[in-house]
Amino acid sequence: MFLDNLVLGAGGASLNSGDIIATLVIFIVLMLLLKKFAWGPLMGIMQQREELVASEIEAAEKARKESHQFLEEQKSLLKEARTEAQSIVEGAKKQGELQKEEILTVARNEANRLKESALREIESEKEKAIAAVRDEVVSLSVLAASKVLSKEISEADNRALIEETIAKAGEAR
Amino acid sequence: MNHEAPLLEVGFLTFNLSTVMMLLVAAIIVFLIAFISTRSLKLKPTGMQNFMEWIMDFVKNIIKSNMDWKTGGRFHVLGITLIMFIAVSNLLGLPFSIVYGHELWWKSPTADPTVTMTLAAMILVLTHFYGVKMKGTGHYVGTFFKPMSFMFPLKLVEEFANTLTLGLRLYGNIYAGEILLGLLAGLASSGAVGFIGAIVPMMAWQGFSIFIGFIQAFIFTMLTMVYMAHKVSDDH
Repeated sequence: MFLDNLVLGAGGASLNSGDIIATLVIFIVLMLLLKKFAWGPLMGIMQQREELVASEIEAAEKARKESHQFLEEQKSLLKEARTEAQSIVEGAKKQGELQKEEILTVARNEANRLKESALREIESEKEKAIAAVRDEVVSLSVLAASKVLSKEISEADNRALIEETIAKAGEAR
Repeated sequence: MNHEAPLLEVGFLTFNLSTVMMLLVAAIIVFLIAFISTRSLKLKPTGMQNFMEWIMDFVKNIIKSNMDWKTGGRFHVLGITLIMFIAVSNLLGLPFSIVYGHELWWKSPTADPTVTMTLAAMILVLTHFYGVKMKGTGHYVGTFFKPMSFMFPLKLVEEFANTLTLGLRLYGNIYAGEILLGLLAGLASSGAVGFIGAIVPMMAWQGFSIFIGFIQAFIFTMLTMVYMAHKVSDDH
């Protein structure tokens, strides 16, 4: 009696034709319902996600390219700025050099000029001093001679005589 | 062990009411699981949506391993419904069975050969239908005479063998599991010693039956797609 259970169709005396129909109907209805209420929306959202991921990847790739390009641009700009700065510094240096030369020349000229005028002044002062000394010496000599000789000579004659002597002495010197 | 089935005869149809009820229960459970877990669909999946998407990808991989997705995409819904329906059906009979009077009411619907053979026959009819639809009648008829025309009888037998094995494999696995569970339950209710002795094998067998339930659902879906690929693909 136990083995009866293992025989095909042991549940009923005859083929359960109703069960066949019930199985088919239930399974197909379940499949249709699930397609409408569960699998359809789920597949839709998975599709959507796939598209989203694809578009995001694309966008990221684009952004990466853009930023790369931007970086290159910035790099070239920086390079340009650097060369420009260098040229400016170079120019300034050159100009400074030039100015230095100029100032030096001016100063040197000025110094020369000053030295020359000073020399000239010294010369003229010396001339003046010599003339003054000469005058003094003449009058002193007159005085001394008049005192030593006590001889009455007109002062004018005397003076002419002395001046002649002195001039001779000056020539001789 | 020798339970009667609650039969109802309507005209020339005979219904096994417990089978019909259990089919409905399984269908409702599957529908509720799927319906509830797909209520708040988000692009960033959480909780049950993850589980559902895992099942979808799982079935998708089964199909992809047999045919290219362009051909097989249309069987996706069939595959998911099959695997979930059969898995839930297999598990229904595990926790308990209900006997009212002498009639067995609560069991796995897949422990009934009528149900499994119906499903298997439905699958085979579908494979023939899609074979004709997608490849044309000439090509369909031609497959029965390839690679040699004398193979025709074998090919014919193959179709029936496929149907029979597909249905009976599922039925045999689940029915055997329930028989053994029933025997263990009988042992447990026979007395204190029997109860203690039955606990460990009961737990082991229930765990194993859960495993078998899922494996059989997977095998059924896998073979469905294999047979389908035989009919609709060129490279098989």
